[in-house]
Amino acid sequence: MQPTDIRDPDYFHKVVDCQWACPAHTPVPEYIRLIAAGRYADAYMVNWFSNVFPGILGRTCDRPCEPACRRGRVEEQPVAICRLKRVAADYKGDITGRLPAPAAARNGKRVALVGAGPASLAVARDLATEGYELVLFDAALRGGGMIRSQIPKFRLPEEVIDEEVDYILDLGVTTRFGEEVGSLKALLAEDYDAIFVGSGAPRGRDLDLPGRREAAANIHIGIDWLSSVSFGHIERIGRRVIVLGGGNTAMDCCRSSRRLGGEAVTVVVRSGFDEMKASPWEKEDAMHEDIPILNYLVPKAFEHTDGRLTGMIFEKVAASYVDGRRRLVPTGEPDVHIECDDVLIAVGQENAFPWIERDIGIEFDRWGLPVVDERTMQSTNPRVFFGGDAAFGPKNIIWAVAHGHAAAISIHRFCRGEDVNDRPPPILNLASQKMGIHEWSYDNDISNDRRYRVPLKDKAVALRDIRAEVELGYDEQLAYAEAERCLNCDVQTVFADPLCIECDACVDICPVDCISFTANGDEADLRGRLNAPADNLTQALYVSGALTTGRVMVKDENVCLHCGFCAERCPTGAWDMQRSLIELPQARHACQHA
Amino acid sequence: MTYLPKPAIRHPALPVNALGLTRRDYEGSVSTLCAGCGHDSISAAIVHAAFELDLPPHRIAKLSGIGCSSKTPTYFLGKSHGFNSVHGRMPSVATGASLANRDLIYLGVSGDGDTASIGLGQFAHAMRRNVRMVYIVENNGVYGLTKGQFSATSDKGAKSKRGVTNNDEAIDLVGTALGLGASFVARGFSGDKTQLVPLIKAALQHRGAAFIDCVSPCVAFNNHPGSTKSFDFVREHNEAVNHLDFITPRTEITADYAPGAVEVVVQHDGSLLRLRKLAADYDVHDRVAAMAWLQQRQSAGEIVTGLLYVEPETVDLHGHLNTVGVPLNGLAEPELCPGSEALDRLNAGLR
Repeated sequence: MQPTDIRDPDYFHKVVDCQWACPAHTPVPEYIRLIAAGRYADAYMVNWFSNVFPGILGRTCDRPCEPACRRGRVEEQPVAICRLKRVAADYKGDITGRLPAPAAARNGKRVALVGAGPASLAVARDLATEGYELVLFDAALRGGGMIRSQIPKFRLPEEVIDEEVDYILDLGVTTRFGEEVGSLKALLAEDYDAIFVGSGAPRGRDLDLPGRREAAANIHIGIDWLSSVSFGHIERIGRRVIVLGGGNTAMDCCRSSRRLGGEAVTVVVRSGFDEMKASPWEKEDAMHEDIPILNYLVPKAFEHTDGRLTGMIFEKVAASYVDGRRRLVPTGEPDVHIECDDVLIAVGQENAFPWIERDIGIEFDRWGLPVVDERTMQSTNPRVFFGGDAAFGPKNIIWAVAHGHAAAISIHRFCRGEDVNDRPPPILNLASQKMGIHEWSYDNDISNDRRYRVPLKDKAVALRDIRAEVELGYDEQLAYAEAERCLNCDVQTVFADPLCIECDACVDICPVDCISFTANGDEADLRGRLNAPADNLTQALYVSGALTTGRVMVKDENVCLHCGFCAERCPTGAWDMQRSLIELPQARHACQHA
Repeated sequence: MTYLPKPAIRHPALPVNALGLTRRDYEGSVSTLCAGCGHDSISAAIVHAAFELDLPPHRIAKLSGIGCSSKTPTYFLGKSHGFNSVHGRMPSVATGASLANRDLIYLGVSGDGDTASIGLGQFAHAMRRNVRMVYIVENNGVYGLTKGQFSATSDKGAKSKRGVTNNDEAIDLVGTALGLGASFVARGFSGDKTQLVPLIKAALQHRGAAFIDCVSPCVAFNNHPGSTKSFDFVREHNEAVNHLDFITPRTEITADYAPGAVEVVVQHDGSLLRLRKLAADYDVHDRVAAMAWLQQRQSAGEIVTGLLYVEPETVDLHGHLNTVGVPLNGLAEPELCPGSEALDRLNAGLR
């Protein structure tokens, strides 16, 4: 193998698994260290610049970082990254003085933002400081989009939404709330330099089964129902409730039902429990609230008498594999009948663009989604950009934020007449963390603790009030202990070939056997003869140049604990621990190099 | 120097041996020796060897004297017995322990000062009595704990870190051991574990005094140009006579070698030493030839390594003394005090 080029910003970025997996590439270990140091406001600001909604995401994020976390590969559970983010938000104090000031002068460009959800708000945050006049449209009377309408308040209190939405609106955004955009053509006719569409995926799928129309009064579309609950239009539901669907919306529906009078709430999914789209922790939370999840049941009909819903009939199925493809085949057993008073349908969401005319240069694909460039977020009409669920169908908040950052860069370059495809590169800053003989500027004493559970409100109390936040969050002691589980994957083992005397000290001390000195070879060959199995092909091998004996140093990045013991045992300083801070570009960096 | 304990987290795919232990289970406390010390590599090699042989840690006794080398038993086999004895007196303690309990595996670790200076007499008698033990000398040619004076194994003409030349003849411990009748003699290098680990495994299975002289560079005081025990010097002048693969009786032999290139030595317990010959006419069973070869190569400036001499069917001290077959702690009162009748018989036999 060729010696590894550690100057490539992506090399060490990939080693920081959590940051690499995060759509917004938040520097996770950096803020976790700040939390451990009690510097909550600093930790919050690291998050705020990167993901815009730390308090909201710290409660609701889909956490792609956690399955990626290296800790999950060396012991049972990853670091509770998401809930540590909430800790930063909970204990930060007043940070208003640290927020950027609104732009001192306007740059003369106007941008319309359609929909006040996370994607549009992220675009607004990035562009407001650059002097844009931003006009934010939403049919609702307050900002937040699906964050406010669909996420139950027992998971995300209203004050958290207000605070983080206001940080953005206070940067000088013009709001046109209560105003639904009915025609993109008309909007294009106004003198906006660019338009961003962040209108989400607002239409819940229905199930057209026998009895649907007759029992309509007690059958509800999940996201619409959640929205009505959220805005206080619905305050009760029947005693027996069936929730159809296995995604996070279904989990929100069933848990909301438990708080609005639903005593016997059942979730029913077509396929297997393990294949449900809902995050494992959301399923756990639902089951903790005494909600059974029944699987392999396909809805067949709604039962009703005198126009009143009485129950549902399901067909029992089993998974069968034909040509490697899974199909659900009826088992032939008798149908299952479940009595109920209400049904909530949460079987998916769709995009809806009745307000976008088809003759304004915006192409749509065969699924009814706009054709959008994945890097620039630009549509086939160069003035119109998309992001969030409106761009590629339902995803989640953190993806909406990532789209917002990308779109803001594009809009900024577009408005200055620059090529939107010419993107600013990520910035890599590598700095030694050595403070003394065996002293580093990070805590390299690896904690052996297992993941700490987030304390919950007593169940009986939590189920009485739909606005009472059920998770209490970590206190400061728990937060510190959990933060110490982070392996500091951004503090990199950097190897200097000319200094190595091949004494084997690093090989002997490494607690996870990730360092080998051996003859060079191609990657497959090398992976087969290192000191420990190196069979995780998604993790790189760090290879040195030829050393004095002709061998090379090969380090498997896979399970490195970043404990720095190799550097502490190295007699010549050939190993050093260097922090790789990777900053992803945002609009404010987008035109500096041009 | 690392003061933090090594994290308990290990590689998730680390193999386990027949006892269900991983290699990490054979480690000791974290080393307090200088960073890069060759001794730490020898400790790691001992850990590898004990793990690969499936040795129960509680059946091993580690013995040492005084010096950097003699500190190392703390850093490996943390669940074994240990005795850190007086300077140079490790062989006496090992001899006594071996006589008292013949069932334990005795692993003596010493240094060039502990063995070739203050303990030279002790070393000599352990070898000539053929005490069943592994005797490893971690040989760096200097007194590291007292800042790098020449030791008795420092080569004549070698230069100290400050540029002083050594004018005294070196004691060659391998030649000495051969001359004293040791039944297993080898030399290794801390910087080459592929050679060292099989040597330690073979020594652990040997039924007599198994001596390994292990060149171990002192990174702090003896790893400079002019030193004959530096990483660079040893790598340039290392002349291995053979490469040893240690094979337990249950291992299948699969490798195929040209005739005459491989010699298989059957040990007393049925384990095999497979020697890939690097020096074609070197005979590991010929003590006199081995001594001559060593002298010859040494005068040519080479450091001879590998398994240099082995006597597989050797008779150890217990055999010479015709001692009782069980450890003394396994003897109860009837065996220890057989009564006046037995005494009378004994006295009668001496009349």
